[in-house]
Amino acid sequence: MDILDWIEVGSKTALLVVVLLQVVPIMVWVERRGSALMQNRLGPNRCGPLGLLQSLADVVKFLWKEDPVPGHVEPFYYVLAPLVSVVPAFMTFAVIPVASSIQLGGRVLQFQVADLNVGLLYVFSIASLGVYGIIMAGWASNNKYTMLGSLRSSSQMISYELSMGLSVIGIIMTFSSVKLGDIARQQGELITHVGPLILPEFLQLPKWGIFVQPLGFLIFLVAVFAETNRLPFDLPEGESEIVAGYHLEYGAMKFALFMMAEYLNMTTASGLLATLYFGGWQLLPGMAWILGALQGAFGLTGLSAEWLRVLFEATSFSIKVGCFMWLFVWVRWTLPRFRYDQLMDLGWKVMLPLALGNIFITAILTYYGWV
Amino acid sequence: MLLKKKKGFLQELYLIEIIKGLMITMKNMLFAPKVTIQFPEERRNYSDRYRGMHYLKATNGVENCTACMLCPTVCPAECIHIEAGERPDKEKYPVKFEIDLLRCCFCGMCEEACPKDAIKLSNIYEMSTTYREVYDKQFLLEQRGNK
Repeated sequence: MDILDWIEVGSKTALLVVVLLQVVPIMVWVERRGSALMQNRLGPNRCGPLGLLQSLADVVKFLWKEDPVPGHVEPFYYVLAPLVSVVPAFMTFAVIPVASSIQLGGRVLQFQVADLNVGLLYVFSIASLGVYGIIMAGWASNNKYTMLGSLRSSSQMISYELSMGLSVIGIIMTFSSVKLGDIARQQGELITHVGPLILPEFLQLPKWGIFVQPLGFLIFLVAVFAETNRLPFDLPEGESEIVAGYHLEYGAMKFALFMMAEYLNMTTASGLLATLYFGGWQLLPGMAWILGALQGAFGLTGLSAEWLRVLFEATSFSIKVGCFMWLFVWVRWTLPRFRYDQLMDLGWKVMLPLALGNIFITAILTYYGWV
Repeated sequence: MLLKKKKGFLQELYLIEIIKGLMITMKNMLFAPKVTIQFPEERRNYSDRYRGMHYLKATNGVENCTACMLCPTVCPAECIHIEAGERPDKEKYPVKFEIDLLRCCFCGMCEEACPKDAIKLSNIYEMSTTYREVYDKQFLLEQRGNK
């Protein structure tokens, strides 16, 4: 790696971290306002326009609060746990492409921090690291409720990570790649035929993951909800049963870090959903036309046209991610929490067989060249 | 008794049911009237009979109270403290009239017992303070509630 590579990777990482950190307060605001409106309330609307600065005020509050370490905890792991849950949440986003690459003076500039050749496998390995933070927090807090919360969390993660991983195998088989960049690029193609049937022009859908793997998408979506500990799968924190679960003994900024990890996990999950099943940075219908019109109107060619395309692709990706983030919030304030046996039933008796069936069917269809 | 309801296959799948539920929350979010009262700007309207903060009624600048001691007698919380005195024209009057608001249960029995229509309960309900509150006679006379 020469110095330019280092600069490129460093600046991309810095930009990504900054953007992700901005997403958290906005999502907290969306969550609070959204939930309030759904419950016929107004929600925080005093700080700044529409209450947008509420999260900022919260951060200031968190920073100035006393940050005690309770006497009965294991101090080292107690302090380490929030960090262990935040860092993987940032790391996963590194392989998600935000836009397609452009040529810049003989260099190919990719809009993802690292186009790893293990792509998806990296995502899953890092995502499963997140549970260590929760287990550590629960164990180090030396409290029965935190312990129960972390136990629940770990068993839930194991049950749902299985179906999550299996549901993505369909995608890997269809696009024959685990590189997220490749997967996103291939989703720009059109589905020209279903088996022996050649589709007419107006019926040709883009080859987005949701159209080629509808069942896989559904399983992945549900598993992602469980992985991010969001309702209806937020048993690790079940307020009414185990007080606040694994982060019961935490206060001030350490609690805020757990909160941040939750929202970052949501962002990453939304990014994954968008990349795997909704075409990643592929332009939304209609955007290609606007882009073409703009490029035509301003007579853009070469590099400037490319940059405009990148901007449009990034916007398209952000819209998709935003929609999924909203879905997370929306579902949270609609569905009640599962009972624990129901959770396990769903995970092992429904999701796992469905995921295996999906692999089976996809394998057969791929073998006979249908998809 | 837990009755197992018969459900069709589609309902058993829950997917359509979940989407229906999502639609309900969305409908509430977009169209339902919001019930929040934005406090300092908007206030809840209480009835005229609401029993809030006490006040002493006065006629021509002289309090109606004649220190007959009926209100401290009837008060179940024993929060009214009156010391009686005599005016030059031989009329009884309260030298001290104190209400310990921490003890008061706002039952309104003092108002009912008063033969002179002197002690009354107003509509004022914002009484939170940062110190222990004993209303003296001066204060009770000055604040007239919203009547």
